[in-house]
Amino acid sequence: MDMKVAKKLGLKERYNLMTRDLDWEPSYQAKEAIYPFLEYEGIKIHDWSKFEDPFRLTMDAYWKYQAEKERKLYAILDAFNQSNGHLGVTDARYINNLKLFLTGVTPLEYMAHRGFAHVGRQLAGAGPRVACLMQSLDEIRHAQTQIHSMSNYNKYYNGFQNWRHQHDRVWYLSVPKSFFDDAVTSGPFEFMVAIGFAFEYVLTNLLFVPFISGAAYNGDMGAMAFGFSAQSDESRHMTLGLEMIKFLLEQDPANVPIVQRWLDKWFWRGYRVLTLVAMMQDYMLPKRVMSWKEAWEIYAEQNGGALFADLARYGIKPPAGWVQACKDKDHLSHQAWAVFYNYGAAAPFHTWTPSAEEMDWLSSKYPDTFDKYYRPRYEHWAEQAKEGNRFYNGTLPMLCTTCQIPMFFTEPDDPTKICYRESDYKGDKYHFCSDGCKDIFDHEPEKYIQSWLPVHQIYQGNCFGPDADPTSPDFNPLMEVLKWYKLEFGQDNLDYEGSPDKKNFEAWRAQATKN
Amino acid sequence: MQIDLRTVSITPLRQTFNHIADRLGGDKAASRYIEATMDVQANANFHYRPTWDPDHMIFDPARTAIKMKDWYAFKDPRQFYYGAYTIARAKMQETAEADFEFVESRGLAANFNAAAKKTALEFYLPLRHVAWGANMNGASMCAYGYGTAITQPCLYNGMDQLGIAQYITRLGFTLGEPSDLDAAKKAWMTAPQWQELRRLVEDMLVVKDWFELFVAQNVVLDGLLFPLAYQHVDNALQTQGGPVVSMLTRFQSEWFAESSKWVDACLKVGAGETAENKALMSEWTKKWRDRAVKALAPLATQALGAQGDSVMAELTDQFNARCNKAGLAV
Repeated sequence: MDMKVAKKLGLKERYNLMTRDLDWEPSYQAKEAIYPFLEYEGIKIHDWSKFEDPFRLTMDAYWKYQAEKERKLYAILDAFNQSNGHLGVTDARYINNLKLFLTGVTPLEYMAHRGFAHVGRQLAGAGPRVACLMQSLDEIRHAQTQIHSMSNYNKYYNGFQNWRHQHDRVWYLSVPKSFFDDAVTSGPFEFMVAIGFAFEYVLTNLLFVPFISGAAYNGDMGAMAFGFSAQSDESRHMTLGLEMIKFLLEQDPANVPIVQRWLDKWFWRGYRVLTLVAMMQDYMLPKRVMSWKEAWEIYAEQNGGALFADLARYGIKPPAGWVQACKDKDHLSHQAWAVFYNYGAAAPFHTWTPSAEEMDWLSSKYPDTFDKYYRPRYEHWAEQAKEGNRFYNGTLPMLCTTCQIPMFFTEPDDPTKICYRESDYKGDKYHFCSDGCKDIFDHEPEKYIQSWLPVHQIYQGNCFGPDADPTSPDFNPLMEVLKWYKLEFGQDNLDYEGSPDKKNFEAWRAQATKN
Repeated sequence: MQIDLRTVSITPLRQTFNHIADRLGGDKAASRYIEATMDVQANANFHYRPTWDPDHMIFDPARTAIKMKDWYAFKDPRQFYYGAYTIARAKMQETAEADFEFVESRGLAANFNAAAKKTALEFYLPLRHVAWGANMNGASMCAYGYGTAITQPCLYNGMDQLGIAQYITRLGFTLGEPSDLDAAKKAWMTAPQWQELRRLVEDMLVVKDWFELFVAQNVVLDGLLFPLAYQHVDNALQTQGGPVVSMLTRFQSEWFAESSKWVDACLKVGAGETAENKALMSEWTKKWRDRAVKALAPLATQALGAQGDSVMAELTDQFNARCNKAGLAV
């Protein structure tokens, strides 16, 4: 450090010279030509310099800190792999969480990387541009450290091996995929609210925390290591998201209703993606961290509630779907796992019925709903399975046009009645799982009629391999779709009971722990 | 002597992901670079068209006129994934930090030849704005490019340019005063000798074809500017006042040597794919080269005096030779 300069320049001033002062007012090209996407969303920015840098990292410091974290992370991964750390997880059911994560979430980290590169190029303010580009760099880190961390699991367990192919095709993976496709195809300001704010700030706690805590609780040092290593990146991202929303709200009162609509939309989009997390927490972790309901109460109702109380001074109200989401907390995970149990032949991970002890845990966490609505269903299935009639649903579900989740959610005030909503647009009928998803569609129908809905695509014949012959008498459409998914029947799918994963894990663990 | 420690050995079911095995031509152990790079970008079944670019898909090979059968042919010879990249840069920044500290702790800047100092401040400081433009262009190539193999290093390169803009700023702190940065920005905005370069940089910011931008920025402008600034001008200053500036710009000269290997590899792959690519890339190179040479000439003269013209001629020859060696015809 230059002491002479350090005395003269404050940290903020010095950082300013290192970033914003690099920018200039162009005169050979019009600003609108350099930043062409800033008008069409209706957001008004009067003074970009009012954006407060949420963190002041110069590149040299960034490289230094991040390299240090990378060295540590890869040292842990190497040690974990070398010592067959995967055999130390609670039981091999846990590994299905990782399959869901690699196929569903890791590709989103990559999308965030490209999305922030786009926004980090397009925002006209130098401060937010730098912050977004650093986030873009962080996000490729997260995608890659996750791939590397799970690469070793892929060597020993089934269901990881086609993550790239499956993310772009498999029915439930279109839920997270369409979420991020929606965000990056939005304008740059909406992207910032969607990802920078609604996702990073409001929802990260409900995705990241349960997942990484789940890893820690279940003996998975590999996933734990990338999670803990990403923690300081994540807190930077959350700060950026919050700073951006305050900036938008402070720049012009006309921005407030636009931002409110985005918050309504993205809260609901994000919440629907969290359905997968809810079932993971309550059903897929052999050693539970906390119930979905408890997580919702802490991270959404308490933390999120405090945040919206803080934003009230700008005229922002809690998102439109908030009340319903709070009501759903008693039902969400049970309904979701039931659907995956149903479609256990069509997903590249294993499903199972909870054990008697696990059902008791669920009863204690959900005293008002589990025994009344869900236990009988799971007990029935368990009984059937015991008799050799493990139930697999061979039909295709109807999907919500917006969130793309099968339409299994119930009415907010009646857990015995499936919720159906619909809209007519240009002579076609579109179906939705909720008021939230219908509102999103109705506001931007031209966008959502483009949705690549996996079930529609199957019925239209777009999900078969080139060698499939629908005219052949023994043509089995479901099997053909699974082939197109590159899903190995009997290996990647079906019940955990009887799976090669279970057999291998038990044999290897015996080999590693007995003589 | 070798000792063998034993670990429990279980036979893996597979060595790598299936899309990686397809790339490697069989199920073989894959490097971290390969697993973190190949086919990582989505390429199918996008749900919606960008509202900001409805003529294209989210990722779309048609955002450039260059055509490739396989965009993952653009592998990075440095094999940079995030970890390898940050660790490489952390080493370089450690060296740079030591150099800055050495110059500062020995009072080398204060004793630096006054005329050389003036030349250095006037020549180098406005270049922080050029690097800032390069940072934006790196973001563009990453955002609108196709295939992780090339978009990934484009972002790394863009962030390196931000680092370079910051190292130049620090050179300003060390050799001069913050007011020198103001003066340099004023020169960048209004002094006649800088205007061709600023026009060039601003024109690059509106280039829509990301591969043309790659050529304009990474091949042409960097390919001419870095040798001028960090070899020729640096040499002249060394003769005048010793190696102070060389120490304060070491990051840039080492970075250019390393980054050029990647840039050349991309040229080879792109131009080697088809005659049409080669013609188009050569066309772009010539177009931007002629502008860059014109833009840099007055700055070469400003820093090198009468030598300026001959240095530019020499640099242009070397640049052409480099491009032709990498498969272009310029």
